[in-house]
Amino acid sequence: MGLFSGYSGLKVIKEGLMGQKGWKPVWRNPAPKPEYDVIVIGGGGHGLSTAYYLAKEHGITNVAVLEKGYLGGGNVGRNTTIVRANYLLPGNSEFYSHSLKLWEGMEQDLNYNTMMSQRGVLNLFHSDGQRDAFARRGNAMINQGDDAILLDREGVREHVPFIDFDNVRFPVYGGLLHKRGGTARHDAVAWGYARGADQRGVDLIQNCEVTGIDIEAGVVKGVQTTRGAIRAKKVAIVVAGRSGQVAQMAGLRLPIESHILQAFVSEGVKPILDTVVSFGMGHFYISQSDKGGLVFGGDLDFYASYAARGNLPMAEHVMDAAMTLMPAIGKAKVLRSWGGIMDMSSDGSPIIDKSGIEGLYLNCGWCYGGFKAVPGSGFSYAHLIAQDRHHEPAAKFRLDRFRTGVGLMDEEGTGSQHNLH
Amino acid sequence: MRLPCPLCGDRDRREFFYQGAAVTLDRPARDAGDAAWNDYLHNRDNPAGETRDLWHHEAGCGAWIVVHRNTVTHEVYGAELAQKAKA
Repeated sequence: MGLFSGYSGLKVIKEGLMGQKGWKPVWRNPAPKPEYDVIVIGGGGHGLSTAYYLAKEHGITNVAVLEKGYLGGGNVGRNTTIVRANYLLPGNSEFYSHSLKLWEGMEQDLNYNTMMSQRGVLNLFHSDGQRDAFARRGNAMINQGDDAILLDREGVREHVPFIDFDNVRFPVYGGLLHKRGGTARHDAVAWGYARGADQRGVDLIQNCEVTGIDIEAGVVKGVQTTRGAIRAKKVAIVVAGRSGQVAQMAGLRLPIESHILQAFVSEGVKPILDTVVSFGMGHFYISQSDKGGLVFGGDLDFYASYAARGNLPMAEHVMDAAMTLMPAIGKAKVLRSWGGIMDMSSDGSPIIDKSGIEGLYLNCGWCYGGFKAVPGSGFSYAHLIAQDRHHEPAAKFRLDRFRTGVGLMDEEGTGSQHNLH
Repeated sequence: MRLPCPLCGDRDRREFFYQGAAVTLDRPARDAGDAAWNDYLHNRDNPAGETRDLWHHEAGCGAWIVVHRNTVTHEVYGAELAQKAKA
């Protein structure tokens, strides 16, 4: 990629002077070929990054990404854009640590401005017991090689002076600050990976819904789609909330139940919040986008749903929590809300594994934390697909942990049960 | 969303605790093996459309009920007591 073929400050100035007429579409719109080495089902963040790393890291470029709608139109375009590596358990810890490192090099790697902003993630705690738990988590993060600072009440005040420190039920005792966490421009991440994959020869095929998976004698042969049959040596499923339906085409049942997670954006207000704050006791978290909107959300609606819109009880709960933590934002109007379809696994941790059918691979179970995993998931999934062995940071994301009970990663300590995560 | 409790009538969703797919009514035998237990505990059909799931009317009469509803439209078709659904 030369100085003038990619994006650069110089090119922005040149286009500014030339009336912005030199920008070209950043990916092709090819018709599907009859056969590929690898078909990736799902053109979201994880699918696009998988295709990108297949091409870049493994030299596999005869690849198609099949997307039933438009690229990045699913959860990667409908989330709260938070990036972090603050997990406790081995398995999750090394994976998200690796993913965060990829985030830190992403813009240079992709030559694309993903607006990665390491503005910090601050988790609040409200009791002595919770402080101990957060100290432990912080130590686990540091042991993993990531960063964590345990702040007392005054330390939190320096970052977010306007929250209600003296709420009678949840007085703020302190917080765990993860400085390398932050936010990124969610759509740009999908577009950056799409452009990078396309430049390396990957076919990104939109409006192409997979309707069947062809399997002969336990070996995958290709897929049936709304744009005809396509043969493939390997097929990789990475479809988030739709994992159940696509896996069913291959006769598989997964430990996944799809739930709705809502999020909300306020009208644009002047800068008030320069970090990501989570208020776990209220199941609430909030950040401010570069446009000024307050971006916030809460917990699942807590029943299986594909409606892509939420129900009012959780909306009310989230607003309650917002007013409990930050009464100052009470006059900001909520501009919009939406619901994403989350692929909830029963232990709350993801799956990147072989399916048991030769040449068919699974990547699912990201629950409500898939955005920060986009680079790491694609990197590790591409490794598994290309080399038929697990990538070390994702080696514990095994499907058989549910059957054997060995290696369940229940980050919340509530049990491997569907209604508890 | 309101759920039709067979004992109390239409009640607010907030009165109910969601347990999950009604497959949890079909508990395998103790010696059924790991595949059967894995199916019971973890694996789900996860349908986009009609489903039957198990709810507990915890802030109401305390009944366990099986709700027949649609996961795409949130339409609720009906509900029956879990003890009858199981029989």
